[in-house]
Amino acid sequence: MNHDDVLLNVRGLKTYFYTLDGIAKAVDGMSFYLDKGETLAIVGESGCGKSITALSIMGLVPQPAGKIVNGKIYLNNDDILEYPESKMQDIRGDKIAMIFQEPMTSLNPLMTVGSQISEMILRHRRVTKKESWERSVSMLEKVQIPSPGRRAKDYPHQLSGGMRQRVMIAIALSCNPQILIADEPTTALDVTIQAQILDLMLRLKQDYETSILMITHDLGVVAEVAQRIIVMYAGKIIEEGNVFSIFENPRHPYTKALLKSIPKFGNRTEHGREPLQEITGIVPNLYKLGSGCSFCPRCKEAMDICKIKDVGLTDLGNGHRVRCLLCKSKREE
Amino acid sequence: MLAYTVRRLLQFIPTIIGISLIMFCLLNVLPGNAALMAGGKRELSPELIEKMKKDWGLDKPLYVRYLIYMKDLAHGDLGQSFLRQEKVNDLLASRIWPTLRLAVSAMVIALTIGIPLGFFSALRQGTWGDSASMIVAVSGVAMPQFWLGLLLMLLFSAKMNWFPTSGYGDGDFIHLVLPAITLGLGSMALLARTTRAAVLEVLEEDFIRTARSKGLSRFLINRRHVFQNTLVLILTTAGLQFGSLIGQTVIVEKLFSWPGLGSLLVDSIFLRDIPVVQGGILMIILAFLIVNLVVDLLYCVIDPRIKYQ
Repeated sequence: MNHDDVLLNVRGLKTYFYTLDGIAKAVDGMSFYLDKGETLAIVGESGCGKSITALSIMGLVPQPAGKIVNGKIYLNNDDILEYPESKMQDIRGDKIAMIFQEPMTSLNPLMTVGSQISEMILRHRRVTKKESWERSVSMLEKVQIPSPGRRAKDYPHQLSGGMRQRVMIAIALSCNPQILIADEPTTALDVTIQAQILDLMLRLKQDYETSILMITHDLGVVAEVAQRIIVMYAGKIIEEGNVFSIFENPRHPYTKALLKSIPKFGNRTEHGREPLQEITGIVPNLYKLGSGCSFCPRCKEAMDICKIKDVGLTDLGNGHRVRCLLCKSKREE
Repeated sequence: MLAYTVRRLLQFIPTIIGISLIMFCLLNVLPGNAALMAGGKRELSPELIEKMKKDWGLDKPLYVRYLIYMKDLAHGDLGQSFLRQEKVNDLLASRIWPTLRLAVSAMVIALTIGIPLGFFSALRQGTWGDSASMIVAVSGVAMPQFWLGLLLMLLFSAKMNWFPTSGYGDGDFIHLVLPAITLGLGSMALLARTTRAAVLEVLEEDFIRTARSKGLSRFLINRRHVFQNTLVLILTTAGLQFGSLIGQTVIVEKLFSWPGLGSLLVDSIFLRDIPVVQGGILMIILAFLIVNLVVDLLYCVIDPRIKYQ
């Protein structure tokens, strides 16, 4: 990686949840970077810590249970974890903005969408109320909402789910952030709307020169938008690499299984009727993570040593890293 | 919204007819009647009692009396008091203002202390400040008004001599303080608890997370996003509370010798002065209905999702 281009650099991030049931290691030592203008996807099953990673970067880990216990998050070489809350508030929305999964509930039902956009602009830019409103309307136009001047005066319940997600995008981009974190932005939407929203995000990304951190469990989305992929499992990165090497040459058994579980169009005519591939078992309980590889109980290629030996990331070259003893031993041979 | 309001006002009519029927039957099957009570401890002669019953129409059958009552009611005439030489309309008119003054002051106390207290508690959830204010709130809900009123009287009137023990004075402020606190404290406590629960609920909402992701300060989020959304939840409780406050004036007015509707009602019930009781209850019910209507209309103002047709 070229260090001049690194915009966001996360080092050894650990975010734990302290509850009555014990300590849940939601994010357990994540290290990754995001380059300027890049789209990085974090992929994984529900509960693997993707969203908490995003919220940790935003400084919005649910309190008081959640706590960042270790690590550094550098934004333009400044560790933002050291920032006081007031300085973090300046960063939020201005430098790093976020889109959430649930467009139906992420907007305040009692405020017009226009004022929800303009409150963000007023917070971070020195503009008058009138200017901020005009800018809100032009943002709505940029996210292709028809008759934006009229729509700005609408309340969220008057808009469809897709429209609301467009409004969320308009809010997020209204201050031209360096980083846009999109936490499952299309999961709650219809498939046709999903494609439109992704298209829109990618086009605006180029217009605004924004880097995107896309969080998703949908590998179809990843293939369409991302340049690099991080596969997460139980709070850890288990494989990382560019889209081509991950899709063409997945090395971790979990990544392989994930890719196999995507139904392929036309597969049935070629190979006849086959059951869909699934990954048996369930995501491990974050409260009861033992030593050894956390994917081990579900892994088809597991060896005895996997149960006890912790394994680090093995660099396979070209930015492709994987956390698996199989790769490690092969490389060492 | 105008059409809705008119429709709701028209619905008052069947409600009042229904309630008046129930009320009329219940009051008229009460043992004893005004003629028997009129003499107090002194026995009146049977002839005199018969004459009084005849004068007041108590000798007629129940349904006839009801029809006459309804006919008068339709003309806005609540009848003639048995024992006071006054029309019920005039009697109520002179009593409604003190009651309204008392109930509104109590409500103002409840709102201006209860809502901020609930907010304070919720935003400091789990701290000793939260626990302390909720202990106050629970005690407030649990304390019977007559007892609280007596305690306040004992402390602030008898011992410290800050306020008069009872009475209306000339309608001055100093006479209002203790009765208003007595009446308002329970509602204040209930509102504090409701507000706390509402704020905690709203704080969990996704749009609060969105607001935080915009970089807004906590103060701004609380003022703009949390407060307005809790208001919808608080309003329901506040409306119901105001309605029941008017009912609760009965106890507080009696305790503080407040010349309002409540004390009039209690006296009239004991004397079986049925027209006055009926009139008083109708007034309270009407107030309740109006408060409910106002609350429903306020929803519409606060929450754009609610539209009445």
